Amino acid sequence: MNTSIDYLGVVPEVAGQGPISAWGLLRLRQRLEHGLPLTARPWQTLAEQTGLTEQEVMTAVDQWQDQGLIKRLGLVVKHRTLGYTANAMVVWNVPDRWVTSVGEAIAGAPFVTLCYQRPRRLPDWPYNLFCMIHGVDRNRVLSQIDSLIADKHLQDFPHAVLFSTKAYRQRGGRYVSHD
Amino acid sequence: MRLDSTDKQLINLYQRDLPVCERPYLEMSRQLGISEGEVIDRLQALQSDQVVSRVGPVFEHRRAGASMLAAVAAPEEQMDLVAARINRAPGVNHNYAREHTYNLWFVMTAPDEDTLDERLDELEHQLRLPMLRLPMVEGYHIDLGFDIDWEALP
Repeated sequence: MNTSIDYLGVVPEVAGQGPISAWGLLRLRQRLEHGLPLTARPWQTLAEQTGLTEQEVMTAVDQWQDQGLIKRLGLVVKHRTLGYTANAMVVWNVPDRWVTSVGEAIAGAPFVTLCYQRPRRLPDWPYNLFCMIHGVDRNRVLSQIDSLIADKHLQDFPHAVLFSTKAYRQRGGRYVSHD
Repeated sequence: MRLDSTDKQLINLYQRDLPVCERPYLEMSRQLGISEGEVIDRLQALQSDQVVSRVGPVFEHRRAGASMLAAVAAPEEQMDLVAARINRAPGVNHNYAREHTYNLWFVMTAPDEDTLDERLDELEHQLRLPMLRLPMVEGYHIDLGFDIDWEALP
């Protein structure tokens, strides 16, 4: 397996101009993990930083979005600064045969911002379904959880609510760039 | 920091689908009825005031590389110390204190699974605390950057 290609998704091509430099694409990934430059022509700025052309940079980003390597492109909001200070991770122990349908139901609630299945680690950790609620105050989040339990019929599944009390670090993933 | 209605509109419209064209901020400025320079200035201000951490892509971590949610149970009086050690490990991008026996929850990223496992092994060895490793099995929610409920904010 060629790992450098693995980092890059399917290597994009500009129509009629052949493949784009894999080294340039790796540098582009590294730069993009730190965000888009705030210049009038940000793709051109990235092109100058990576040795690619502006067209190649835009093509790569378009294709990465189509492939799902980039899941969204836009402002990454720091919810805590805005006042979303009540952040709860709610964990559930759901029988395996129901976990997908329960996960999909929980993910459908408007105040649930993330929902994942993860493995149990018995005996220390019995929970296999995780969801996040970003709220403005603790009591409101607790009542949102109550309504979630009632609406989605979750009464029989043991759960725990882990509010965060401090953020020691919060930033985007850096998979190919350095800290 | 007080946000005015233009800042709020900028956030409402552009948590996703930022245009990929030569002058994206110009295109955004037309939507907002302000100048291109003002879009750039506002984005700069939002970043320096920590309202926005960056403008850019959010990578799908299962495809962008390897990542793991992990947790340790740190003695209460050593939480800050243990959290600082976790932050010094390579690839840690989230690290929160939470109300549970497992009181420190962090996400570690790496270019590939082997590097990730090595980093976690090394950190577990350094901390001398048993570590829960909880990889994602399945995701049920697509992260589109949720809509801000401006009315509910303090």
